[in-house]
Amino acid sequence: MKQPVIRIEHASVCYRIPKERIGTFKEYAIRLIQRKISHQVFWALQDVNLEIAEGEMVGIIGQNGAGKSTLLKLIARVLRPKTGRVWVRGLVVPLLELGAGFHPELTGRENIYLNGTMLGFTRKQMDQKCPRIIEFSELGEFIDAPLRTYSTGMWARLGFALATDTKPEILILDEILSVGDEAFQRKCVERIQKYREQGATTLLVSHSMVQVQETCQRAVLLNHGHLIAAGKVRDVIKVYRKEQAS
Amino acid sequence: MPMIYDSAKRINPAIDEIKEIIRYRDLVALLAKRDITTRYKRSVLGVAWTMINPLGMMLILTIAFSQLFKDVPGYPAYILSGLIVWQFFSQTTTAAMVNLVWGGGLLHRIYLPRTSFALAAILTGLTNLLLTFIPLMILILIIGLPLRISLVFVPIPILFLAAFSLGLGLLMSTFAVYFPDVAEMYQIGLTAWMYLTPIFYPERILPEKIGWFITRFNPVYHLVRLFRACIYEGRFPYWNEVWPAMVFSMVILVVGWTVFSQKADEFSYRI
Repeated sequence: MKQPVIRIEHASVCYRIPKERIGTFKEYAIRLIQRKISHQVFWALQDVNLEIAEGEMVGIIGQNGAGKSTLLKLIARVLRPKTGRVWVRGLVVPLLELGAGFHPELTGRENIYLNGTMLGFTRKQMDQKCPRIIEFSELGEFIDAPLRTYSTGMWARLGFALATDTKPEILILDEILSVGDEAFQRKCVERIQKYREQGATTLLVSHSMVQVQETCQRAVLLNHGHLIAAGKVRDVIKVYRKEQAS
Repeated sequence: MPMIYDSAKRINPAIDEIKEIIRYRDLVALLAKRDITTRYKRSVLGVAWTMINPLGMMLILTIAFSQLFKDVPGYPAYILSGLIVWQFFSQTTTAAMVNLVWGGGLLHRIYLPRTSFALAAILTGLTNLLLTFIPLMILILIIGLPLRISLVFVPIPILFLAAFSLGLGLLMSTFAVYFPDVAEMYQIGLTAWMYLTPIFYPERILPEKIGWFITRFNPVYHLVRLFRACIYEGRFPYWNEVWPAMVFSMVILVVGWTVFSQKADEFSYRI
């Protein structure tokens, strides 16, 4: 049995939604005195247990609003569980938010450094990574032009090159990974494939059952914040289909 | 050794945040660099604006009030030495708040230590402060005030000023996350606060009762006084000038840091 890289124990996430929107401090103060603040509690995830072992490829399925992205945010450390525990070993690279922190006025090179440090690397490490990133992104001399002059495709290429330069232990993928033209897209898929062969754990969020069936060994089904089923892809998809039909 | 994240293993959020920010120190530096370079990227004079801005303010205030405060020696230097402290304070606290609320979209997407925004604002402010030292020194020389050895003490008030601004900036950002109009209210508060601090007028004109209150409970007053002692008056400050500034800044820093990091996990639910 391989070692676990992700362990989620009884994790819950809830959002408190005020029944009426309180926008100003004054309103809040008045209501506080009148004791009229009421919240609706919305459980985005409730008592989820999940263990993922090293090198596994897991598909996460469920309807919109089932809690798929909340689950990913827990793993990526963006959200902290209200109760329960999340344990993650290794570098997590979510390929959902490519170039999230890019600044349009900075050059490609400056953005590589800034965003590299956002991913937790030091400037020294970035000195080593930078030439490789530039090469992979195929941006050539554009690398010293400000990002506002880039096309959407160039922007995404730089984001992908940056995020995947170091082999991550855990890779989070969205079904739609559209980065640049077809040739570049192939390059991206190859790189992801290579990392998977080297033992990276992969989580795939998808609405396409075909894709999940083709690529994953295991699937997890979420519904209204509950983990309904986990196990063999075929069985989980069956549960999902039945649920959709009813 | 791969890094391990365990949501259950947390003793104290405030101390955790310190550890994280040390790991992400390069990010803070690059965020500050981004703010400095992008701010003036499309202007002709560029970073020179950092120096021109307080000089312009000083010029206006001098024209307006120099007759009134004739007895203040080297009045323009008096204003400028107070003004750069004030501008550091008001700009960094506002920037800490705005950076978090507007730049906070990032917090939905990737993990960053949440104090990086406020710390970057302080670092940007310190850079600007160093730049405004140049016109201040020139002005002091032109006016003929003595430049004395007490200048070596200047890093101490700057340290207190940075600590105080960071603490208050964190505190205000916490409020601003929950109530968006705190940012607007704070601007009004800042204006009032500036008039209640002897920046462009001498301390002695304060009415007795208000003066008593300000000279005790206005932290910025103590910071300005300490700063002016070393630069404008050219003497080492007395202990009874040092300790109030020190106490205020350290208390606010600890309170701000603690409150902010206690609440920081909720920010990504809110922003």
